[in-house]
Amino acid sequence: MTAFFRIDRVSRAFAPEITLGDRIAAKLGARVETRSLQAVNAVTLELAKGETLGLVGESGCGKSTLGRVAAGILPPSSGTVALDGKPVLLNGRKATTRIQTVFQDPFASLDPRMKVGETVAEGPVAHGLVSQAKAGEYVSEWFARVGLDPAFAGRYPHQFSGGQRQRIAIARALAMKPDLLICDEPVASLDVSIQAQILNLFLHLRRELNLTCLFISHDLSVVRHVSDRMAVMYLGRVVEQGETAQLFETPAHPYTRALLASVPKLTLDDEAIVHFEPIEGEIPSPLSPPPGCHFSPRCAFVQERCRREAPELREVQERRFAACHFSESLIEQGSSDFKGFDR
Amino acid sequence: MTAVLEVRDLRTEFNTRAGVIRAVDDVSFTLKRGEILGLVGESGSGKSVTGFSLLGLVDPPGRITGGSIRLNGTELVGLPQSELRARRGKEIAMIFQDPIATLNPLLTIRKQMMMALEAHQHMTTKAAETRCIEVLQRVGIPDPAARIKAYPHEFSGGMRQRVAIAIALLHDPAVIVADEPTTALDVSIQAQILHEMRSLAAETGTAMIWISHDLATVSSLAKRLLVMYAGKVVEEGATGTVLRDPRHPYTRGLITSLPAIAKPGEDLLQIPGTTPSFLSLPPGCPFAPRCESAEASCDKMPETAQSDERMWRCHYPLGLSGPDPRGAQQ
Ligand SMILES: Nc1ncnc2c1ncn2[C@@H]1O[C@H](COP(=O)(O)OP(=O)(O)OP(=O)(O)O)[C@@H](O)[C@H]1O
Ligand SMILES: Nc1ncnc2c1ncn2[C@@H]1O[C@H](COP(=O)(O)OP(=O)(O)O)[C@@H](O)[C@H]1O
Ligand code: SF4
Ligand code: SF4
Ligand SMILES: [Mg+2]
Ligand SMILES: [Mg+2]
Repeated sequence: MTAFFRIDRVSRAFAPEITLGDRIAAKLGARVETRSLQAVNAVTLELAKGETLGLVGESGCGKSTLGRVAAGILPPSSGTVALDGKPVLLNGRKATTRIQTVFQDPFASLDPRMKVGETVAEGPVAHGLVSQAKAGEYVSEWFARVGLDPAFAGRYPHQFSGGQRQRIAIARALAMKPDLLICDEPVASLDVSIQAQILNLFLHLRRELNLTCLFISHDLSVVRHVSDRMAVMYLGRVVEQGETAQLFETPAHPYTRALLASVPKLTLDDEAIVHFEPIEGEIPSPLSPPPGCHFSPRCAFVQERCRREAPELREVQERRFAACHFSESLIEQGSSDFKGFDR
Repeated sequence: MTAVLEVRDLRTEFNTRAGVIRAVDDVSFTLKRGEILGLVGESGSGKSVTGFSLLGLVDPPGRITGGSIRLNGTELVGLPQSELRARRGKEIAMIFQDPIATLNPLLTIRKQMMMALEAHQHMTTKAAETRCIEVLQRVGIPDPAARIKAYPHEFSGGMRQRVAIAIALLHDPAVIVADEPTTALDVSIQAQILHEMRSLAAETGTAMIWISHDLATVSSLAKRLLVMYAGKVVEEGATGTVLRDPRHPYTRGLITSLPAIAKPGEDLLQIPGTTPSFLSLPPGCPFAPRCESAEASCDKMPETAQSDERMWRCHYPLGLSGPDPRGAQQ
């Protein structure tokens, strides 16, 4: 059986980026890195139709880069992406409208000079999903579906709040009748109360339209709420992948486990002294990843072997994949204590 | 325990062309030695302006228009800038979300710390440097004696925030106002910093106001909690008590909006609508347009009510008949 959506051994490297800091550093005589950066390294992911896969990891681990490659916005350095068996990229260009995206900052992704109704109508009209004559009606329908007053279609993006702009971005993506929606931190810049509204909207529309979805977020509780399966990235690689509930219950990779332990929990006991278990050290620079297992300098379970031999991502349990030499014993050790409430 | 900071009926306003924005409206609280007080609310609710007001850092067109701030018994409201400046950094210090805003990219960490020290204290260079290295060590900078010679860009985001915290600690201030200091950091780094800040407060007796929009972070750190909405404190109390059994409908809405406490995939109990603009607040309770419990009398501003060491500002407080943060959900 071929997967509905398949990301196959995708890698993406970038030439070094010269930042302001680098320029200052160079002026002050410091050595500035010129090696290329492996943002995504041989990642394979599959999505079944109607499934939502959550992609988590800390800043810079390659989530957005992978998301952009998956969406056909950014060509991979190697590897392929296919929807329904057909490649998403043809001759370096996106070859399908069946994949649509929603990004973190809806203000940046909406054209400030275009009325939001026109923004929503543009794609569907250009691709013949609706005639120019029927466009107004079509837009009204989508506005209503995402909880916006259709009378707002004649306004400009700056006249909307962040939450409303995210609704517009969702309407624009869904009006293209996509089969796959790629969301990159769609609620990260929203207030809690607005975030809840958008998550509810997303869950409703997903069910109604039987959408398949790649959902990128650094927020573990958001991903736990919306995704059927999830993948955890560290330094450009997927280190663990599996069913969401199971992954939260018994993480099979030390990084996943440490990440879950780092998330502050809602503490309801006045007398509780919350015990933080921070992961030691910092995320290494992707320009000079450590030898062997990339997590070894910070891993609480590290053994001699880990520094020599990089673990492959392998099936450690049915439908569970992890890149650690010792996943089996970690699973045996049992559950993490990730709960929203910490009673 | 003695109060190091007492804030009464604080008001801060911005005179803009469109009208007067009262970003801080009748805010009162007390902070004890070594205590961590959480200040939560959504963006624009007035958390940062409250923090700036405490340090006398509100710039025109903003100004404090009423109330009192007593730091170690001294009234700060009305003090001339020169005297405020003498206290700022020494008795009360602030840490910001973006450490870049605090650090000068062109100066070494050593230079910046030495300048911060000398602003308030005459010390020999040797003693000053020893002090700088000591606080860097305290906030978890590895090999501080060597790292102090680095420039800010040579540090990661988390390390820069540690340096900003170290600078705030230089003079052992009585109070640190931390405005979303871990919001821009990764969770693994955030956990390290939360861990260190809490032991700091316990060991040095420095009191902290921890400003954040994240209830979970605040609840794992702060014993007491203030919830702000549209410039007002709408609820205050022991953190766990408030989160378990909120009195104010807005507090409850904030809690039930969190995916962390919901069953995966189920609808979140959301708050309808959006935060009102300060320029067009409803006449009475500012939360009324979004409030499920609103009644006709809510078009009058509710006074603060108090009992059992907690406070709320609502005509129809929740839960006086029993705890119920999410009804049948649990
Ligand atoms: N256009 C680019 N040029 C050079 N380097 C890049 C480029 N885009 C991304 N990178 C680098 O690739 C790595 C992965 O970046 P990416 O944006 O995918 O991370 P992310 O997981 O989405 O992080 P965040 O959580 O901060 O959004 C980072 O080290 C980043 O600096
Ligand atoms: N310099 C300023 N001029 C005018 N209004 C301001 C200024 N600074 C803050 N405000 C207003 O004060 C209110 C509270 O802001 P702030 O304290 O920054 O919110 P929070 O920190 O809770 O997100 C907001 O409505 C904001 O727009
Ligand atoms: S392979 Fe070794 S270092 Fe890497 S995660 Fe597993 S135990 Fe830790
Ligand atoms: S005073 Fe009325 S409108 Fe305001 S929070 Fe209480 S019940 Fe709701
Ligand atoms: Mg990203
Ligand atoms: Mg703020």
